[in-house]
Amino acid sequence: MIEFSGISRSFQVGDQQVTALRDINLSIAAGDYVSIMGPSGSGKSTLLNLIGLLDRPSSGTYKLDGGDVTALDDEQQAKVRSEKIGFVFQSFHLVPRLTAAMNVELPLILAGITPAERKTRVAQLLENYGLTDRADHRPDQLSGGQRQRVAIARATSMHPAVLLADEPTGNLDQTTGREVINLLETLVEQKVTLIVVTHDPVIGGRAKRQLHMVDGRIVSETGRET
Amino acid sequence: MRLVDVAQFASGSLRGSRSRTLLMILAMSIGVASVVVLTALGEGARRYVVNQFSSLGTNLVIVFPGRTETAGIGPGMLLGQIPRELTLDDAAALLKNPAIKRIAPLTIGTSQISKDALNREVIVLGSTADLLPVRHMTLGQGQFLSAGDMHSSESVCVLGAKIRRELFGNDSGIGAWVRLGDRRFRVIGVMAAQGESMGFNTDEIVIVPVASAHILFNTTGLFRVLVEAKSRDAIEPAKRAAEQILTERHNGERDVTVVTQDAVLATFDRILRALTLAIGGIAAISLAVAGVLIMNVMLIAVSQRVKEIGLLKALGAPAAQIRNLFFAEAVLLSGIGSVAGLMLGELGVLAIGKIYPSLPVVAPWWAVLAAIGTSLATGILFSVWPARRAARLDPVTALAGR
Repeated sequence: MIEFSGISRSFQVGDQQVTALRDINLSIAAGDYVSIMGPSGSGKSTLLNLIGLLDRPSSGTYKLDGGDVTALDDEQQAKVRSEKIGFVFQSFHLVPRLTAAMNVELPLILAGITPAERKTRVAQLLENYGLTDRADHRPDQLSGGQRQRVAIARATSMHPAVLLADEPTGNLDQTTGREVINLLETLVEQKVTLIVVTHDPVIGGRAKRQLHMVDGRIVSETGRET
Repeated sequence: MRLVDVAQFASGSLRGSRSRTLLMILAMSIGVASVVVLTALGEGARRYVVNQFSSLGTNLVIVFPGRTETAGIGPGMLLGQIPRELTLDDAAALLKNPAIKRIAPLTIGTSQISKDALNREVIVLGSTADLLPVRHMTLGQGQFLSAGDMHSSESVCVLGAKIRRELFGNDSGIGAWVRLGDRRFRVIGVMAAQGESMGFNTDEIVIVPVASAHILFNTTGLFRVLVEAKSRDAIEPAKRAAEQILTERHNGERDVTVVTQDAVLATFDRILRALTLAIGGIAAISLAVAGVLIMNVMLIAVSQRVKEIGLLKALGAPAAQIRNLFFAEAVLLSGIGSVAGLMLGELGVLAIGKIYPSLPVVAPWWAVLAAIGTSLATGILFSVWPARRAARLDPVTALAGR
């Protein structure tokens, strides 16, 4: 499903060329549960942004579902993001002036789905994540765990094939963090490809495939057979 | 993304920062209101002048004897000639032309009017029944000169309102006899008090049939012939026809002058319209200032909402959509601003109308359209840059809030 061949990414910082990713070759199958671990600055987040089409590689090709997505223009990439990719962020990124329900609805609005359809989908999602009685609350009236649940509901509202989570438990305490991970793992059972970036070995260790990154390279991969 | 949703999202983010939105709307509405009020004042002045003119009569063409040369004294004067007289038959001949609706011949002179022991000097106007409609005068009481043969010299007269008051006091005076010069006239009507218009006080005149006036002043010539054209478009044909008919009747000599009231009016109209445009333009500058304000505030909004923009991009919003969202905000701001401004402006116009009732202040439709148009245009124009800036943000750095 995700095919990285010879992907590199370098940034211009001042007059210095900083290389964040070096010659990454990676292939992730549909329905995989992958964690990406490594110290800060190792390029985990850059890799995730490239997978999520938020960033473009300096070189190499990226095939998603068999099609080369590096060649697409911004608008086409936005469409791919809308239809195939969901994001969960460390700091939730909820729109503060919108209610929980409206935050969940946002991707559906952007995709131009009819209000009637949106309503039923949002109601279903809120129910799935136990947020029905929080629907009309604004983010600042919700706990951290609730906020991340809203964010996950939002990320899955368009039924994406790939869910990308960047330190999804980073701003949560241990118990709520575990709950959030459990939620994400139920999505894997529904054939969603889940990719989690974390520096927490306990959380990373739960993935089927664990990639370890150092200095812009994938240095090792461990697996957990179940 | 559906248009309704764009509008809803934009209005949601406007509501999200209430004081900013209110200030923007205030700036926009003051701009629109000042355009509306100032052009209404200019238009009011124009209408005031036009009304003054048309109170003299509409579609009026004025014929008078003698030819006005461009400068100084005409050659005839040097030879001791007086211009050929304009006669009643000349006036009657004009009526045959299809472009001419009505005519009113005019003879003017001063005479002594007396009733019992009271007497005073008055201006006597000799004319026909059509003077009333041609000159837009109104009768107060009784009846006006009777229509019919303009050569008949009936001994009847119509008094100006002030003359009647001076001669008869509280009595209506109708049916009474007065003496004008050496003849006796029966009062058949009294004019309504109109006051002064264009330097001529109709309250202090006496109107008699034109033939009676000729006898009274021992003359056959006319002072003026007032010609009313069929319509506004018929004014020029009527003018040309009058010149041609009178030239033919005067053995091919063009010894009359024909002017249109419209020519004078048009000049005033042009000057005042230009003035209205000028002050409207000055007011429009305040709209441009409001536009710059919108741009400034939108730029701040973009930098305040960098994270939100990054999120929208991550959720699959293409650059064009983000641009449209910011556009929609600007359009909403200037739209609400112009509606509020229109209401404010109309209130202002209403207030001016109350303070100066004689000034017909009305904002012309083109100024209202121009004000709304300018405010929408500046709102959109000045949001192009902020909207593009938002659309071009790099999603990764935007999400990081940098």
